[in-house]
Amino acid sequence: MEKNCYAIELRGITKRFGPVVANDGVDLGLRRGQILALLGENGSGKTTLMNMLAGIYLPDEGEILAEGHPISIRSPKDSFAHGIGMIHQHYKLVDVFTAAENIVLGLEDEKKLDLKKANARVREICQRYGFEIDPEKKVYDMSVSEKQTVEIVKVLYRGAEILILDEPTAVLTPQETERLFAVLRNMRDDNKAIVIITHKLGEVMAISDEVAVLRKGKYIGTVTTAETNPQALTDMMVGRAVTLNIDRPLNENQVDRLEVKNLSCYDHEHVKKLDRISFTAKGGEILGIAGIAGSGQKELLEAIAGLYPVAEGSVSYYPPAGGKEELVGKTPMQIRRCGVSLAFVPEDRLGMGLVGSMGMTGNMLLRSWRKGKSPFVRRKDPEQLAKQIFRDLEVVTPSIEFPVRKLSGGNVQKVLVGREIASSPNVLMSAYAVRGLDINTSYTIYNLMTEQKMKGTAVIFVGEDLDVLLELCDRILVLCAGQVSGIVDARSATKEEIGLLMTSVGGKEEA
Amino acid sequence: MDEKIKTPLIRLSKRSQSSLSPAAAWLIRLGSILLALLLGCLVVAITGNNPIKAYGTMISGSLGSKVYFQQTVKKAIPLLGCALAIAPCFKMRFWNIGAEGQITAGALAATFVARTLGAKLPSLPLLLIMAAAAILGGGLWGLIPGFFKAKWNTNETLFTLMMNYIIIGVVAWLQAGPWEARQGRIAQFDAAAQLPRVAGIHCGWIIVLLLVLFIHVYMRHTKQGYEIAVIGDSIRTAQYAGMNVGRIMMRTMFLSGAISGLVGFIIVAGANHTLAHDVAGGVGFTSITVAWLSQLNAFAMIAISMMLGVLTKGADTLQTVMNIPAAISDIIIGLLLFCMLGCEFFINYQIIFRHKAGKGGAEK
Repeated sequence: MEKNCYAIELRGITKRFGPVVANDGVDLGLRRGQILALLGENGSGKTTLMNMLAGIYLPDEGEILAEGHPISIRSPKDSFAHGIGMIHQHYKLVDVFTAAENIVLGLEDEKKLDLKKANARVREICQRYGFEIDPEKKVYDMSVSEKQTVEIVKVLYRGAEILILDEPTAVLTPQETERLFAVLRNMRDDNKAIVIITHKLGEVMAISDEVAVLRKGKYIGTVTTAETNPQALTDMMVGRAVTLNIDRPLNENQVDRLEVKNLSCYDHEHVKKLDRISFTAKGGEILGIAGIAGSGQKELLEAIAGLYPVAEGSVSYYPPAGGKEELVGKTPMQIRRCGVSLAFVPEDRLGMGLVGSMGMTGNMLLRSWRKGKSPFVRRKDPEQLAKQIFRDLEVVTPSIEFPVRKLSGGNVQKVLVGREIASSPNVLMSAYAVRGLDINTSYTIYNLMTEQKMKGTAVIFVGEDLDVLLELCDRILVLCAGQVSGIVDARSATKEEIGLLMTSVGGKEEA
Repeated sequence: MDEKIKTPLIRLSKRSQSSLSPAAAWLIRLGSILLALLLGCLVVAITGNNPIKAYGTMISGSLGSKVYFQQTVKKAIPLLGCALAIAPCFKMRFWNIGAEGQITAGALAATFVARTLGAKLPSLPLLLIMAAAAILGGGLWGLIPGFFKAKWNTNETLFTLMMNYIIIGVVAWLQAGPWEARQGRIAQFDAAAQLPRVAGIHCGWIIVLLLVLFIHVYMRHTKQGYEIAVIGDSIRTAQYAGMNVGRIMMRTMFLSGAISGLVGFIIVAGANHTLAHDVAGGVGFTSITVAWLSQLNAFAMIAISMMLGVLTKGADTLQTVMNIPAAISDIIIGLLLFCMLGCEFFINYQIIFRHKAGKGGAEK
C-alpha cells in the first residue's frame, strides 16, 4: 500500500428504508486500476450502497470521500461531476435513437449537437477499450449485450473515471460475459476504478482483483481475489459454512406426462413469441428451461397453463390414471383441475399468482375460492392450509392475515411455491422460483422441487442461473428466440454447450 | 480543507411499521380534520364574519332541532347510497365517476314508470316496479362502459364521465319537451308514487342502511366480493386464478350502476317527487369523496356522509342566518378532503430535517 489514497472512499455509510436497514455502517474503498467485486446475496444492500454513489439515494449517516476529500453527492449530476458513472440493471435508452444519439442525450456542454463528432468520439472510445458497437445503429435493433455496451460507452463518453456495473452479466450469455470482462480489463489497465456488483461467485473469481462482501447490509470485509476461493467467499456471504451441492437423486420411474408438439404463439403485435416448440416432460424428472431473458420462457409456461393464446400446435397431457387430454383450448381453470400447476414468480414477485394486499389465507383462497355452491367464500380450509405452509416452510410473518406484499421476497415466494405444491400437482411449472432469494431459501426451494420429482411429478423449472440448472435438473431444454435450440442431458452437458445453444438458432442474434 | 458537505434541508423517509401506533395514526387523521376546520375559519374570517359563531350556526343549523336533523339526514341519504354504489368499482380499481349519470338514468326509469302506471296501481306495487326499473336503468347505464372496458379496454374514467352528460341531456330534453308540464318542468308524482315517511323522513334512509349491510357482506364474505378484491390487486393474478375478468367487470359495473339507479329512485320518489336534469345534483361526485374518506369501509361511510350532510345543511342555514354564501360549505368540504387525503402521506412517511450531525461528520 504505497499510496493510501482511494479514488472513492465510503466511511460508515448507513441507509435506512423505514424499519429496514439497507446499509449499516459500511466502509469501502475503490482504487484506480482495480476491479472490485461487490459481493452479497440479494437484499444485502449492494445496489443501495452503489446508488448512493450514483446520486440516487442520500446516506443517512457516514461520509463519502473523493481522493481524500469529503464530498456530497446529492444528484446524478453531482455524481457525474465526480467522475462516477453507474450502469444500472435496467437500461435507460431511447429505442428510436441511435447509439450515438443516446450517448450524447442530455449533455449540455456543447451549443450545437454535432453528431458526426459524437460518432467519431464514440468510435474512438470503442477502439480504445475494444467495444464492438456501431454508433449509428438504432437501439431497437440491438441485442441486450449491445444495449449494455451503449450504456457503458455513455458513461465513458461523459468522462467517468469510476464505473459501477450493477449485475452486468444477468442478461448475458457466457460468451458475451467473456467479451464484457475483456473490455473491463482494458479499462482497468487504463487506470479506471471499476466496481462490479454480483452474486455469482464464478464471475468474482474470473474478473475481480479484490472482493468486498456485504451481508444483510453490513460490511463483512475485503479480500484479495487471488488469495481466496469460492467456498470461503460463500461463508463470508452467508455467515456460516454452506454446502453448495444440490442433491440430485434419480427417479427410475419416468413416464411421459406432458407432450408439447409444434406449439406456436404470437403476441398482440403479431410478433412470433414461440416457434414450433416440441418437447416431452416426464413425470419423475426436472426439466430445466434455459435461455436468455425473454426468449419465450414465460410465454411457453403461460401457453401450457392456458394463459397465453396458442396459434398452432398441441399440448397433450397424460394423466396418471391413463388416457390423454388435449390442453389447448381449455380454460386456465380446467387445465388446473387436470393437475397442471404453474408457480410463476415474475420480476415484481407479486404480479401473478399472489394478491399482495391479502394475507396468506386470502392467497390460499385463490386456489379454492370457487368451491361449493354457496355464494359465500369458505375460509376454513384455506386458513388451515395457510397455517400448514406457515409451519412447514417457516414463513416469517406476523400473522397469516398479514398482507403478503409486506413480506420479504423469500417469504412471498415460499407462500406461492408452497401453495402450488400443496395442490399436489402432476405437472409443476415454476419460473424464476428462486429469484431474489438468499442461498438458504433457494436450497429449500430446490429441495422441494426434487421432493416433487421423486413423488413422480413432472417438474418444469425455468431458471436464470446455468450452474443451478446444471446441478438441479435431469434434462435442460434451451430456448433461443422462441425456438427450441436443443435439449441436453444435464448430467453431462457443460455451461459452454448451453451458452452456445442460447444464441445459436439460425444466428438470429446478430441479424 | 473545503467542507462543502450539504444535505438537503428536508428529506422524506418511509415510516417503519412499528414506529407509528394505530392510535397515533388516528390522531394524525383527527388533526387533519381540525386543520381543515381551522383553515375554514380563515375563509369565513375573510368574508368578514366571526368563524366561531359561523361554526356554531352550522352545527345548530344542521343538528340543533328535529327538523334540521331530518333535513341533514335527507342530504346524507343519497351520498351514502351512492358511495356504497361506487365502493365495489373502486375496490376493483375501476374508476367509475359516472355515478351522477347512473343516478339520473335510474331516476329517469323510475319516473317513466310513475308516469305510465301512476294512476293505475296501488302504492306498494307501483313503488316496487319503480325501484326495479331504476335498478335496471342505472345498471344498464353502468354496464355500457363496463362492456367497452371488458371488450376493448377503453378508458373507464373518460367513458363513465361522458355517459353522465348524455343522460343528463336526455332528461333536459324530456323536461323541456315530451314530458313538460309547465315552465320547463315535469309534473309532480302522484301520491301513490311517493315514498312513505318513517320517523319524519322518507323511508330511503332504511333502504340505504340495508344497503350498508348488503355491501359490507358482499365485499367481505362473498365469492364475488373476493373476485373484485383480487382483480383490484392484480388482473394477472385474477386470470391466473381462472377468473373471467371481463365478465366480473361488467357484473360489478351493473351492480354499481344498479345501486346508483336505486339512489336515483330514492331521490325522485322520496325527496323531489319529480324529475329534473339536475336530479343527481353532484351527489355522484361528492360520493366519491365519501367513498375515499371512508377507505371503502361501508360503516365508515355512514359517518362520513353524515358529516358532509352536516356541512351542507349547516351552510344552508349559515346563508339564511348570517348571510354567508352557502358555497362556503363546498370550500370546507374541499379543505377537508385535501387535508384528510394529505394526512395519509404523513402517516406513511416521516419528514427528516437537516440535523447537526452533518457538521460533526465533517470535522473528522
